[in-house]
Amino acid sequence: MRWGLLHVLFALVSAPLLAGVINRTKAFFGGRHGPSFFQLYYDIFKLLRKDAVYSRTTSWIFRTAPPIELAAVLLALLFTPLGSTAAWLCFQGDLLLVVYALGLMRFMIISAALDTGSAFEGMGASREAQLSALAEVALLVALLAVAAFTKSFSLSAFAAQAWAAGLVWPANAILPLVSAALLVVLLAENARLPFDDPNTHLELTMIHEAMILDHCGVDLAFIEYGSALKMWILSAILVSMALPLRASSSLLNFATGLGAMVIVALLVGYIESVMARLRLIRTPQLLVTAGVLSFLAVMVAMR
Amino acid sequence: MTHPPVPELFNGEVIARADIPVMAIATLRQVTIEHAGTGGYLSALFAVPQGDCFRIYAVLSDPDREQIKVLAADVAEAYPALTPDCWAANWFEREIFEQTGLCPQGHSWLKPLRFQPSIRGATAATIGVTDFFSMSGEEVHEVAVGPVHAGVIEPGHFRFQCYGETVHHLEISLGYQHRGVERALIGGPNLRTLHYMQTLAGDSTVGHASAYCLAAEALCDSQISHAAETIRTVAGELERLANHIGDLGAMAGDVGFLPTLNYCGRIRGDVLNLTALLCGNRFGRGLVTPGGVRYGIDDARRERLMQGLEAVEKDLQSAVPLMFDAPSVMARFEGTGILTADLAHRIGLIGPAGRSCGLSYDVRNRFPYSAYRFDTVPVVTYPSGDCFARAYVRWLEIEQSISFIRRQLSATDLEDVKPKPLSAFRPDSLVVTLVEGWRGEICHVAATDSRSRFAFYKVVDPSFHNWFGLALALRGQQISDFPLCNKSFNLSYCGHDL
Repeated sequence: MRWGLLHVLFALVSAPLLAGVINRTKAFFGGRHGPSFFQLYYDIFKLLRKDAVYSRTTSWIFRTAPPIELAAVLLALLFTPLGSTAAWLCFQGDLLLVVYALGLMRFMIISAALDTGSAFEGMGASREAQLSALAEVALLVALLAVAAFTKSFSLSAFAAQAWAAGLVWPANAILPLVSAALLVVLLAENARLPFDDPNTHLELTMIHEAMILDHCGVDLAFIEYGSALKMWILSAILVSMALPLRASSSLLNFATGLGAMVIVALLVGYIESVMARLRLIRTPQLLVTAGVLSFLAVMVAMR
Repeated sequence: MTHPPVPELFNGEVIARADIPVMAIATLRQVTIEHAGTGGYLSALFAVPQGDCFRIYAVLSDPDREQIKVLAADVAEAYPALTPDCWAANWFEREIFEQTGLCPQGHSWLKPLRFQPSIRGATAATIGVTDFFSMSGEEVHEVAVGPVHAGVIEPGHFRFQCYGETVHHLEISLGYQHRGVERALIGGPNLRTLHYMQTLAGDSTVGHASAYCLAAEALCDSQISHAAETIRTVAGELERLANHIGDLGAMAGDVGFLPTLNYCGRIRGDVLNLTALLCGNRFGRGLVTPGGVRYGIDDARRERLMQGLEAVEKDLQSAVPLMFDAPSVMARFEGTGILTADLAHRIGLIGPAGRSCGLSYDVRNRFPYSAYRFDTVPVVTYPSGDCFARAYVRWLEIEQSISFIRRQLSATDLEDVKPKPLSAFRPDSLVVTLVEGWRGEICHVAATDSRSRFAFYKVVDPSFHNWFGLALALRGQQISDFPLCNKSFNLSYCGHDL
């Protein structure tokens, strides 16, 4: 419990750092120095000091969406384990809560985008809805595969028990399948390459960025911070499922988990540095592949 | 149909205006359509006031016979449009309609091109306000982009008619950069003229300045030194290099492929610095001047140029093949924004965009000027007509340009190039100069009056021919592929708007 609370505090403070690590990795591969590790912190603080401007075409949905998004992602964070460190709060079935808290976050951001009535935001929302409909299946089924293996519907239970028995069949088959599926979901859900290009300034190609074009000030700060936390949560879930290590000391477990988070960020930065973005029409195929891997993991687990 | 014999000119040959055959408009129409239908290009089509009516000039370039023809016809009010039978005339006739009020009857698309006031005094339409195509139905939507763009680029307005993510039609509405350069050139040349030429399209400074200087030198029967010609072509090739490299990097960036984006951005800067080494300006401003060039190349600078070129080539060899070898990049480039060779020729697509469709037309090769008369550059073509072809043709042209610059720099003594002052122009004459800018054929038509001043001066930037090609390339494509297609053409807004 103590370590779970520490994880929540740690996530709140250091979630924007993941973006810094990714950007510095990309800069390294590009032969550039790159922005500061703390750039996203600066951006968020800058936005917090700014007033918001609201378009006349927007309604209350546009204004209420950012706080709800942030609340939803904070809720999910409370139930998220890190590696072998159990979450602060947990109960049987919390995996559904986490998945659908993230779903609520997405629902609000899409609603706010549609609320603006802008062609760009409408396109972004439509693309996001299509991608996330597929990503959600892959995420949920991957988690259910682990649930079927551990006979528990709590994310923390996976972390505590899942790989305690060591890498023997069928764990050694589920592990790579689930990890691959979760990595794809992580990239899709966080608007990273090859699904979305976080650096693009071209509205016609954007997905996530197109949906938040009209947000500014505190609202945008909430969204940016919420996205950073979402990145943290999905990375933590990936680490929890993929890290087949369990040390005797809680401190060591926690430190290993944090180290693995950095490795995930480095991996995302590496992927973004060496490959081009998929043609938008092809992105569902990759997510369907992730879904198929998840189903395969379920079949192995229930065998 | 009989018509007076049309004199055939070479690139930069002066003809007395009285010798240009004035024919019936029906004859001009017929000759132009036949010319376009047999592999020729429509380099320019424009109308100038002639007494009470207007005189329409058509400049036809025939790459196969390496000859240029100039036709003329007088029209008072309306005439049968060329466009239905010669698609390349499409934007030219819109321009004529807007500038003079002459109505090309049968043209289906007479909308303002630049939203400029007409010569007859009619006021200009409000920019961007016109009838756009529209579609209706379930899941059909319209996306309007611009005129303010996300990147630091020029203004232009794009309307996409989409069905879901698929583009049915793209309509491009420009004119935001219109400055009235052609009108300002009348009565010249004067001290401003060269500066107008250098800023027609800032990224084609050397190209447009060379076309103007060739015209000016031809009009006063002046020969410039071989060294000056060589430096002009070297500067022109450096311009091509810098822009092609920048385009390759930008295309990589549009598909999110960072390595090539990062390196090409830097290498483009290195090439611009080589141009600065020639004349002190990274875009070649102030280098090309009527009568020659302002700066020669001494041995020390020649050495630095050679070394710089070697470094650029080495860096490119690691940065660009990386992109063509990446399957994820090729999956985006191949099959995106296809134009067939037939369509490309019918709409008069030129430059690397046309050569990527398999059209083998390069002014340097077909209408050689300056140093290209002594050392030919092979025409690079690729048949597929997609974004990959447009990237790959650029890459091959980069390689050709580098070896051409090397040959030129090593061959001649380039130090002594004091420009010769020009004498007065021949009165009542007309000259057509074609130059291969990095985007394609740059056409300048200069005509003098009885006082040896410019009676009119027509500029056709390659972008003017190619914008419609971009619109057609987008049909049936994904709207998210527009930025990539746009970058693969990388057309000029100010060169079009003049």
